[in-house]
Amino acid sequence: MASNAVPLKAVCTRDLYRGFAGRSVLSGIDINIAPGEFVALLGRSGSGKSTLLKALASLDHGVAGSGALHVPDNLSVVFQDARLLPWRNVLQNVTLGLTGADAAGRVILAEVGLQGRESAWPVELSGGEQQRVALARSLVREPELLLADEPFGALDALTRIRMHALLRELCVRRRPSVLLVTHDVDEAITLADRVLVLEDGRLIEDLTIDLGPERDHGTPRFGEIRRHLLARLGVGFH
Amino acid sequence: MTVLSTKTFIRTKPAQPQRRRRRLGPGPAIPFGLQLGPALLLILWAAGSGLGLIDPRILSAPWTVIATFGQLIADGRLQDHLGTSTLRAASGLAIGLVIGTVLAIVSGLSRFGEAIIDGPVQIKRAVPTLALIPLLMLWFGIGEQMKIITITLAVIVPIYIHTHNALRSIDARYVELAETLDLTRWAFLREVVLPGALPGFMLGLRFAVTLAWVSLVVVEQVNATSGLGYMIGLARTYGQTEVIIVGVVVYAVLGLMSDAAVRLVERRALSWRRTLSH
Repeated sequence: MASNAVPLKAVCTRDLYRGFAGRSVLSGIDINIAPGEFVALLGRSGSGKSTLLKALASLDHGVAGSGALHVPDNLSVVFQDARLLPWRNVLQNVTLGLTGADAAGRVILAEVGLQGRESAWPVELSGGEQQRVALARSLVREPELLLADEPFGALDALTRIRMHALLRELCVRRRPSVLLVTHDVDEAITLADRVLVLEDGRLIEDLTIDLGPERDHGTPRFGEIRRHLLARLGVGFH
Repeated sequence: MTVLSTKTFIRTKPAQPQRRRRRLGPGPAIPFGLQLGPALLLILWAAGSGLGLIDPRILSAPWTVIATFGQLIADGRLQDHLGTSTLRAASGLAIGLVIGTVLAIVSGLSRFGEAIIDGPVQIKRAVPTLALIPLLMLWFGIGEQMKIITITLAVIVPIYIHTHNALRSIDARYVELAETLDLTRWAFLREVVLPGALPGFMLGLRFAVTLAWVSLVVVEQVNATSGLGYMIGLARTYGQTEVIIVGVVVYAVLGLMSDAAVRLVERRALSWRRTLSH
């Protein structure tokens, strides 16, 4: 990895367009994500967030589209649901489709705090634990790009806070580029280096979060960024 | 604590008849409830025979049946017939299982396969096995071949229908997952498709096992010189109701036992689901 010349961009799109049945869902999307950069994508429901993520993951079969799209071959997706195969145990789910990856699978499971649960069935895990397995399944492939589609949306508030800390820790250690799709403004500010806002299929905001590595929700600057982003999402407090 | 005692007080109140809720569910299970119906039948039968209300030419007494059962085992006839029948049913089942599964996979995984395979299987499903036997006799004679082919044809249908249905109802989200993980076609089949379709296959297998025994009755009564169906047919010619009943009971026991065996296999194979029912 270190021997390779560091590419300037992990993700690069130019004038990306996607449409369903003649109606445009995304248009004129230009996104650059640097290697190791953590970008959050905010937007209301129906703004095209998931369509954009599916386009980046090449999961949009049969969708009309145009524009330039460069993403690394080695990318992983974390979905909102953990999407574990119920008939495979935890370790088998993590190493799904890989051969000889058991050792790496155990290491990553320990990193997400699930040591000793390797042979459990997915139904035996809590929602948070299932999502940690899904995260391990993505990270064991050492992706250059991690695409996460509201991965914590279905979790309770306390579990979500713990998952935020875990994700930050894992990203610091493994340095993938991340695009996190979310509708949670606090989550975006807590985790991301940069926040994009999507509205009606267009990017209307590209904000670098100038907070340090410690993100305290109570600081005035945090509140300022939150107010600004909420206003961009059409939720104004006056 | 006060709250708790209030609750207890309210709970005790509905004991008064006018406040009792009408129970709409069937209520708790009766011990040995499943055995009760057959036991009652047996008692009626024994009483009818013992009191002379049932003509032994119509229906032999239970004790006659038991004596005949012992006799058939003693001279080895029952074992012979049972062996022949089991071999036929098992052969037909094994062949039908393989063919049904392969057809279901081909038809479930490719639109072209479905276009070719699904129609004929649905047609076969609509035609009673009994109606096909004259044709099968013309084509394959009256030997073992015809019998096994008939059972095979009967077994293919439930295996195909249930496996195909399970394949088609595999969650599209898993397909998407497999795509993001860059699974090969073979890995997709092994990790997602086949385990996902296993519950459907097991259901089909339960129907198939029962159907194999049922088809046996049909083929062995049409033309045979051995087997349980032959034994029953011969007994009919001589008016031996006790032998007919022995045959019927053996069929029933075989059917129940093989169904129990399949359910045991099912519980083992689908142990990942068992945790759900806890």
